[in-house]
Amino acid sequence: MLGALAVLVLVLIGAMVVTVLIKAWPSFAHNGLRWFGPGGEVDAQTRAMREGTALPGHSIYYFRAWPLIWGTLVTTVLAVLAALIVSTLAAIFITEFAPARMRRAIEPVIRLLAGVPSVVYGLLGILLIAPWINENLISNPRKQSVIYVVQLNGANLTTGTLILMVMITPIMVAITTNALASVPSSWQEGSAALGVNRWRTIWRVSLRTARPAIAAATVLATARALGEAVMLAMVSGGSAFSANPLDGLTFLYEPVRPLAAEILQESEGLTIGALSHTLYAIGAVLLVSATFLSLAGWAAKQPLKRYGIRA
Amino acid sequence: MAGAALSPGAPPAPVRPLRESTSSWPILDRVGYWLSWATGIGLCLIAAAIVLYMGIKGLSYLRLSLFVTSPAPSLHQTQSGGFSDPIIGTLTVTAIGTLIAAPLGVGLAVWFSEYGRPTWLARAIESALEMLAGVPSVVLAIFGLLIFAQGFLSFLSQRAATGGVLGQSFVNAGIVMSALALPLVFASTRESLAQLPDRTREASYALGKTRATTIRRVLLPSIRPGMASGIVLGMGRIIGDTAIITILLGATLKNEPVGGTPVLGALRGTGSTLTSYVFNNSPAGEGNSHEKAYAAAFVLLLLVLLLNALVTRLTEGGPMGRASGAQRLRMVLLQYLPWK
Repeated sequence: MLGALAVLVLVLIGAMVVTVLIKAWPSFAHNGLRWFGPGGEVDAQTRAMREGTALPGHSIYYFRAWPLIWGTLVTTVLAVLAALIVSTLAAIFITEFAPARMRRAIEPVIRLLAGVPSVVYGLLGILLIAPWINENLISNPRKQSVIYVVQLNGANLTTGTLILMVMITPIMVAITTNALASVPSSWQEGSAALGVNRWRTIWRVSLRTARPAIAAATVLATARALGEAVMLAMVSGGSAFSANPLDGLTFLYEPVRPLAAEILQESEGLTIGALSHTLYAIGAVLLVSATFLSLAGWAAKQPLKRYGIRA
Repeated sequence: MAGAALSPGAPPAPVRPLRESTSSWPILDRVGYWLSWATGIGLCLIAAAIVLYMGIKGLSYLRLSLFVTSPAPSLHQTQSGGFSDPIIGTLTVTAIGTLIAAPLGVGLAVWFSEYGRPTWLARAIESALEMLAGVPSVVLAIFGLLIFAQGFLSFLSQRAATGGVLGQSFVNAGIVMSALALPLVFASTRESLAQLPDRTREASYALGKTRATTIRRVLLPSIRPGMASGIVLGMGRIIGDTAIITILLGATLKNEPVGGTPVLGALRGTGSTLTSYVFNNSPAGEGNSHEKAYAAAFVLLLLVLLLNALVTRLTEGGPMGRASGAQRLRMVLLQYLPWK
């Protein structure tokens, strides 16, 4: 009987992938591979679909997702890179340097940071951090310089990436700490016996051993960052703008909108013809990416088994 | 250890045996050493800042009356009511989600660890659940909307004015929420079962008990803390999710029951939860009343802290014994992925 339950859950999960892909198909079929490419404004395209009037010269399904994909890539990559540095240092601190009392205190801290709902992070971002960045970091000349292209305010790439980093750091700290703690101490002692100082030992022996775990942590954190919708919908800016790295520092203050946030913001349109197919297409892209990341995470974990590290 | 040297506030100088003095290290190594101290303390400061700031804001805007008054449509924060409906909504959705995910997750984990035949099916279900844990909740939500808008499922929600099925209701949101909690319950139960020594099972078989009896009377009672912490973690995920609420519950101002039946009508109706209430009252939503958003977010944070404390309590007893920090960090892992 329990076996039947397993089959049922398996069928449901399979059905999810299949139905989302089927529902998404019309959008891909009408746009071809150019669905993923640049071309026009996303907001104008979704508005046209919502109102049922095709953009001049295009089919009603016309959609170019590049600004959204770019938004996802930029926020995810920047946040994961930052979190990688922070979490590695923090994990070294927890396993090697923290006094016992502090080590006990830091564990609930990590759990808390992991548990705070994303809407609370979003609220803090939009009411506290975004206004601060708007007033203190973005100068008026900077705003004027791009006023005809995009309006700069506190809700932007920097705000979104910063908070996203705080949200994904705990999981990376947890995995890395776990792996560092299970590096055999005799390996470290061997290094110390050769006269290598503690930091070099950590860097050369422990971190190197934990490398697969760090890779797995990175993959997991990427999956989490990719799917984050609510917080980014709140703080990464109001328009689906394709932030341009050629703008120099201004790039950091330009608004972006990732794929997941777009679904949430257009959620009213989930029942409207062409728009609904488009939104499910975005969902399908996220679903496929999540599946691949799950596979990558599995692959990244494999070398760990050689050391007998359960991570 | 150097715990005695801890003074609150400034990073304390670590009192270590002589060989660990950093003064002989190359400068780069020393920079790394201090950077790792800085990030460790920085993370603590961020967490403290979040709790303190939310606490100050929350307590200054929180009124007892907010808990018992319904939200009202108004541009003025003084007249926009409280969040009694969202609180009921959060409780309802969490209850439905947990009631589905807990037995399902435990059942699947028991089947996986104790039977697990055929092997390909066991492997498939494990990978599928691992994948499910990585699927963004907004994707789960739109899948749910697709399914629940089918005609034959109209009894779970209501028919829209145009004749189509709305697909938004407490039941629907709760069912999809259970998909968030399922991988956590599964992973936590499976981990606990794997940690039980085989002699426990063998002792029961030696007494002539069947496999089913062994599971029901011996195994499940002894992994209760592990199961419970998985369930509590799952509840935390459900309470904190916004995307599924926005898409599958409608995130309306008030809970709006369908028809006259008291409980069933409410379950079929649309509504809101604390998360969607915070979202709608933030500048990102339409409400734009900061005070209400802060107050509700504070309540939400309190719930999360409470669940966190509960997990700590649960992992302290039970088969894990006094769980070490590293072991409890594994519970963080479980929040994201059923972990092997």
